[in-house]
Formats: sequence, C-alpha cells, structure tokens
Amino acid sequence: MASSPLVDRHGHDVHGGHSGRRHPAHQFDTMEQQKESSTLGMWLFLVTEIMFFGGLFVAYLVYRTMYPAAFAAASSTLNVPLGALNTAVLICSSLTMALAIRSAQVNSRKGAVLFLLLTMLLGSTFLVVKGFEYADKFREHHVPGATFNFALENAHATAVTQAADPDFQRHAQIFFSLYFIMTGIHATHMIIGLGILAVLVFYTRRGKFDSEYYNPLEMTGLYWHFVDIVWIFLFPLLYLLGAHLHG
Amino acid sequence: MDTTVARSPILPTPETSFERPNYLNAEYGWKSWLFTLDHKRIALLYLLSVTVFFGLGGTFAGLIRLELLTPEGDLMGPDTYNRVFTMHGIIMVFFFLIPAIPAVLGNFLVPLMIGAKDLAMPRLNLASWYVYNLGGLFTLWAIVNGGVDTGWTFYTPFSTTYSNTYVVPTALGIFITGFSTIFTALNFIVTIHRMRAPGLNWFRLPLFIWSTYATSLIIMLGTPVIAITILLVGAERLLGLGIFNPKLGGDPVLFEHLFWFYSHPAVYIMILPAMGVISELIGHFARKKVFGYRVVAFASVAIAVLGFLVWGHHLFVAGESIYSATVFSVLSMLVAVPSAVKVFNWTATLYEGSISFQTPMLYALGFIGLFTIGGLTGVMVATLGIDPHVHDTYFIVAHFHYVMVGGTIMAYLGGIHYWWPKMTGRLYPGFLSKLSALLVFVGFNLTFFPQFILGYMGMPRRYWSYPPEFQVLNVLSTAGATVLAVGYTLPLCYFAWSIKYGKRSGDNPWGANSLEWDTPSPPPTENFYTTPVVTHGPYEYTREDVHNRTTQEANFG
Amino acid sequence: MSEHVITPVKTYVFVFVGLLVGTLATVLVSGLDLGWANNIVAMTIAILKALAVLYFFMELRHSTRMTALTAIAGFFWLVLMLLMIMMDYWSRHAIVLPVPGK
Repeated sequence: MASSPLVDRHGHDVHGGHSGRRHPAHQFDTMEQQKESSTLGMWLFLVTEIMFFGGLFVAYLVYRTMYPAAFAAASSTLNVPLGALNTAVLICSSLTMALAIRSAQVNSRKGAVLFLLLTMLLGSTFLVVKGFEYADKFREHHVPGATFNFALENAHATAVTQAADPDFQRHAQIFFSLYFIMTGIHATHMIIGLGILAVLVFYTRRGKFDSEYYNPLEMTGLYWHFVDIVWIFLFPLLYLLGAHLHG
Repeated sequence: MDTTVARSPILPTPETSFERPNYLNAEYGWKSWLFTLDHKRIALLYLLSVTVFFGLGGTFAGLIRLELLTPEGDLMGPDTYNRVFTMHGIIMVFFFLIPAIPAVLGNFLVPLMIGAKDLAMPRLNLASWYVYNLGGLFTLWAIVNGGVDTGWTFYTPFSTTYSNTYVVPTALGIFITGFSTIFTALNFIVTIHRMRAPGLNWFRLPLFIWSTYATSLIIMLGTPVIAITILLVGAERLLGLGIFNPKLGGDPVLFEHLFWFYSHPAVYIMILPAMGVISELIGHFARKKVFGYRVVAFASVAIAVLGFLVWGHHLFVAGESIYSATVFSVLSMLVAVPSAVKVFNWTATLYEGSISFQTPMLYALGFIGLFTIGGLTGVMVATLGIDPHVHDTYFIVAHFHYVMVGGTIMAYLGGIHYWWPKMTGRLYPGFLSKLSALLVFVGFNLTFFPQFILGYMGMPRRYWSYPPEFQVLNVLSTAGATVLAVGYTLPLCYFAWSIKYGKRSGDNPWGANSLEWDTPSPPPTENFYTTPVVTHGPYEYTREDVHNRTTQEANFG
Repeated sequence: MSEHVITPVKTYVFVFVGLLVGTLATVLVSGLDLGWANNIVAMTIAILKALAVLYFFMELRHSTRMTALTAIAGFFWLVLMLLMIMMDYWSRHAIVLPVPGK
C-alpha cells in the first residue's frame, strides 16, 4: 500500500494522534468522531435537498392531476432518446464517482484523479445535452412567457387534446414552467457539483487524500449520487408521461 | 453514592474568575470577533443582530398601533399601512422569532450543556451568522426602497402578479436567511448526537437540549419547502409564469399549501426553544426536578412531528376541501396535547418546590399563563365552526401574539436574564429587571387582550381604518404597546450598563445544578478545563442545595 | 464502519448495469398504453433505481443506523407532504355540502 505525504487539515504539524498520522479538528476527540460527524452532517443536508426538490414534485403532481391531457401532450414533445441518454450518462457518472472514492480507499491517487475527471466529463456531457434540449424548446416556442405558443404538430393529437382540455395551451405552459424550473434547478446543482469536483481534483493531485482520510470525497459522492437520484425521478415524470401517445 | 459531577478544578472568588482568561478577554480587536470560530462569541454576534432587527420590527409595530389609535386612516395612506404591517411581520418572524433563541442561547449553551469544546462545525456556525446578515441586508434594502405590501404571508397571485412593491428582494432575503437557520440546525443535530460528554446519555440531557434538538429537526425538514416556494414566487414574478395565477391555470391554494407546510412548523420552531428555556427556568428556580422529565422530552419531539401535520388549518376558508379541513382540524387539536402536557408538568414541578422569584422566574411564570391562553385560543380557532368567523380578524392576531410574544419573547427574555451572568460574568440590577418583567407582562396583556374582543366583535386584521365603536379597545391596545415598549427598552439599557458596571456574578450566582454552571462564568474559550464526566441527570437538587441557594441569593440585588 | 469495508469494483459495475437495464425498461414500458399502470410501473422502477443508488453507491448498507434513519426520514417526509397536500385535491369534489335553501 503506497503511503501519501502527511498533510494535516489545518496545515499543522502532525503529532501522532489516535489512528496514526492525522489530527482531528480541535472540537473533536478522534478522527472517527470527526468522520461520523461530517457524514451525518452531509446526510442531513441531503434531507433538506429532498424537501427542496419535493416542493416541486408536489406542484408537478397537483397540476398533473388537474390537467392530465395537457400534461401528457406537452410531455410528448420532449426528446425521450436524449433524456434516456442523459439518464445513462448520469448513472455512469455515479459509477465513476463511486470508483473515485474507492480509489482513495485503496490509496490509488491516480485512480482517484482519473475517476473524478471522468465524473466531471460525464456531468458536463449531461449539461451539454441539456443545453441542446433547451435550445430545441426555445425554437419550438415551448419556453413559458411572451413567446410561448404550444401548437401540436399533429392535427389529430391537437383535436384529441383540445377535446379533453379546452384550455390546454395555458395548462401546457404550466407543464413547461415546471419542466424548466425542475430541470434548471437540477442543472444548477450539477454545475455546483462540477465546481466542487474541480476543487477535489486539485487537492487529490496534491495528495491530500488517502485511505485514512477521504471524507470530502465521500461527502461529494453523496451529493452527486443524490443529484442522480433526483434525475432518476425527473426523467419518467417529465419525459415519459406522454410517451404512449406517439404510438 | 456519588451524585456529583466532576467539577472543574478551580473554584475561584468572583474577582479572580473574572481576571482569568475567558472567552471574552482571550483576544481583542474586531478581527477576533468577526472571524471567530468560538460558538460563544458567535452567539453574542447573533445577540447583536437579532436585537437590531427586533428594534426595527418593533418600530413598525409602533407605527401600526399609532395608526390604529383613531378609526380613520390618518397617519398614513392604506398602501403604506400595508407595507408597515408586512414589514413588521417579515422582520419579526424571519429575523427575530425564528433565529433568536436557537442562534443566541442555543449557540452559547449547547456545547456547554453537553460538555463539548465547541459545536461540531464552528466554521459553518460563523457562516450562518454571515448568511443571516446577508439575507437581512437584502430585506433592509427592500425596506429602504419602500418595502412590500403583500402581508408576510405573500399570498398569490397578489405577490406574484399584482403587487407593485419589492417582492423579489425581500423574498430573496428570506430565502438566504433560511440557509442560516439550516446551518445552525444541522450543527446542533450533529453536535448533540456525536459530541456529548462521557456518561451523558440522552435522558441525562437538560430539557433545553431536547427542545433545541426537536427544533432543529423541524428546521431541516421544513425550511427547504419555503425556500422552493419563495423561488417559485420569484420565478413567477420575474418570468410571468402561471404556477399560482388562476388566470393562467394556476392554483393560489397550492401556494398556501406549500407556504404553510413550512410556516406552521415555523411557529413550533419559535415556541419549542422557548419551552426548553422555560423547563430550565422552572426546574432551577423551583429547585426541583422537572416533573415527568421523559414525558416532557418526548413531548418536544411529538410537537415537532405533529406540527408538520396541521398546516391546513390556515386554509380553512381558502378553498381546501371539507374533507381535508376536517382532518387538519382534528390533527390541530391533537398537537395541543403535548404542549398542554408540558404546561401541566411545569405546574407540577412548581408544586412543593422551593420557588425563588428572581427575574428569570418572573418571565417563566408569565410564560406559563400567557402561553396557556394563546394555546387554548389556538384550539378554539382549530375548530371548524369557529374559524370562519374569526379568520382574518383581530382574534387571530391576538392568538398568535399571545404565543409568540407572551410565549417566545417572554422565554427569550427570561433566558437572557438567567444566562447573562454565564455569558458576561456580570449581574444586572435586580429591582429594575423585576420592574421590567412586570411592565412587559402588564403591557403585553393590555396590548393584546383587547384584541381578542375586537376580533370577536368583527374587527378585521390588516385594515388601516375601522368602525368608530372599536376605538376604545384600540386605544387600550396602543396604550399597552407603549408600556410594552418601555418594558423592552429597559433591559437594553441595564444590560448594556451591566457589561461595564454590573456587579461581578461569580461562577454560579443562581446555585444551579447543571453542566453549564460547572465551568467559570464567563467560560474559558475551550469551555471546560477538563472534560466532565456526567453521572446523573439535571435538576437533581437536595435540601442542602435549597439552603445554599437562599444564602447565595442574599448577595444578589 | 464504511471506512473498513471496501466495496469491490464488480459490485459497483453490477449495480450500474442494473440501473441501465431499469432505464431501458422504463422507456420501453412507457411506450405502451397501460392506463394507470403506466404510472405504477414507472414509479416502481424509479424507486428501485433510487434504492440501488442509496444502498450501494451511497453506501447505506455499511452505514450507521443513524444515517439510515436520516435518509428514511427525509423520504418519508416528502411522501407525507405529497400525500397530505394531494388529500385536498383528491377530495375536492368528493363531499358536496348542501346549500341552505335549496
């Protein structure tokens, strides 16, 4: 097992301590206590994220219940293959993130850096694909606001939808409002995640983490996986609602 | 049987303890305060901030009462009045009531009460203070530019579409400040779970810790919901979306659901820490174990959980289904049970206790009475038959002021008076402080009891004028507000005075039997010289303790 | 604790493949018109995928009870909020009160 240079979190001299070479922060007694505290803290933060996104899921559920036809019609204009691709990309990035942490656990600094960079690459891919999707929506006049004009291309589909919901234009706009807000906030979380990953790559290359201390990697992993879970729910709810309408 | 807690090795006289290094004199200079990681200094920073906001919110309250002296709207126009009561509500709720006890007393006491050197995440703690002020700055900017007129409840579509005021900056300020409370709550939960001293199991914790813990749970689960709701309001306002606008297919009642899903638990965020303070005050000033310790502890958690299940009682007349309303009505009555249990237990603690009528105890006793009235009127308005008649009247205003002011603020003041010697090593003038407590009690009741009658008689809330037959009661209310203002201002003066000229308190002026008093007052930066080992629970008083208290208090003016 | 147990690469890859299979399945099923069952299938698959991420990638299987409790509490609260708000919308026309005089 290769050993890494002794780097204390505060840059202070390391004096033995309990589990070998590292010192916990002054308010803690052991490294174990520090690790458990930060893990619990991260999970608690994720709970707030569950409730934060949860409000949006509530709004979605309410309006979908109220306007099923308009929602299905609006959803059917989203690009399912691209959405599915993005889902696969994110799932892959969760894999690479897990492997990055595992690399740190086995003291493989190169492995950790590689997998962190792969995670960033996949995350960026997701955002690029999302950008293309947004551009499509803009072109089709499906962006809520002054330019909004939801005209279904298929005359039959339009007639069917209109019969089910005469106000389907306004209600489709609500769908797209929720679509942009939900995926937008999700994308914002991903951008923040990419920023944190970049910082982690920087510190990993400098040898800050090893099998005894890789907390920040683990916590970032939790955050990243959570953002993946949000997308796991967003994808079917937003993209697959009206998928059966195409047939 | 050894029932004593390991005490710190130094038992000094008042003079020497003060000159010794403590957290106040450890470092000097503005940098040592603004970049501190010491939870005790951060608590004092918060004390400063919340006091400023309290003053601001109180000023708006004064303007409201001044306008309502006369039936006609003569002091200001109706639009201005809307802004005044909105800003009063926003500042008091988000910038005073929610943070005050957790961020001031909680920050100071949690590590001390569990025998830890600091909170789990000191940098997060400092960050939370800065975030609080950042949010405050946005809101202050909005106020200076004319404020908001939507009511602190931001009901849509007025707030999203029709209001011509600074909704977005204010909402942004609240959004940002929400993170401040989340940081604090996160810190408390992790600290209480992971950093208790050896021997300190859950059922030896002071009840203040139980309440703080329950409060932190509510904050973590509820605050994000108002965050996303505010975000939606901002997005709707800025982008012209229709999520809450009926004209565009949206549902304003959905806003109310999302808003109150947080804002009802928010009132439990305000009252639970207050109840925690009262448990401490009652136990220590009655020199008796708090009756039914475990029941009170579990009641705190029960209030936190049940508090999430009742928000629909704010929507009784908003258009929610009658089925839903019935469920929420029943649950709302249920949530009163653990609160009432606490009141009964405090009362039982007093029975056959050795009661000392020091200033903190005066506030605690006042709390019990006023909170009971507030709570009972809450059960009244949870009743479906009554609420439609009193909704949006002064009855509601009186109800929530009884719990928030008669409850939370009384407990906050009681706590500050109790732990002031701990925080500063100084005592305040006894007579003046008791007089202030009395003024607060009398002033409060004079202000708000007439409002119950006014509301019952039909005076609407948030109106800038009223029928002339309501004037007498309004004048009484305003007179009470004046007395209340004096009662609130006096502590400001004598506390400031006491910092320099107050009598040195010694380490434990109250002779209280609780871990935070086992270390000098003011405490050293690292809190305890040696890590305490806890062998018994709090409030374990003997006859000897009672006797010692009597001699000690002879020294206290 | 999790620091002493290192998950083998194979496990991670296996879970990854499972998640991809789940994604494929949900896309394929959504193309069929099963009425209400569409929702149930889609949400079931999503929940299973989320559980896989939580249990394996987020290491809940090696975590303390406190951590697991925290995660469960978070999702439970979300479901609570969803159900109790929908309680209003689902019951809006269920009970119609008699109007006096009619």
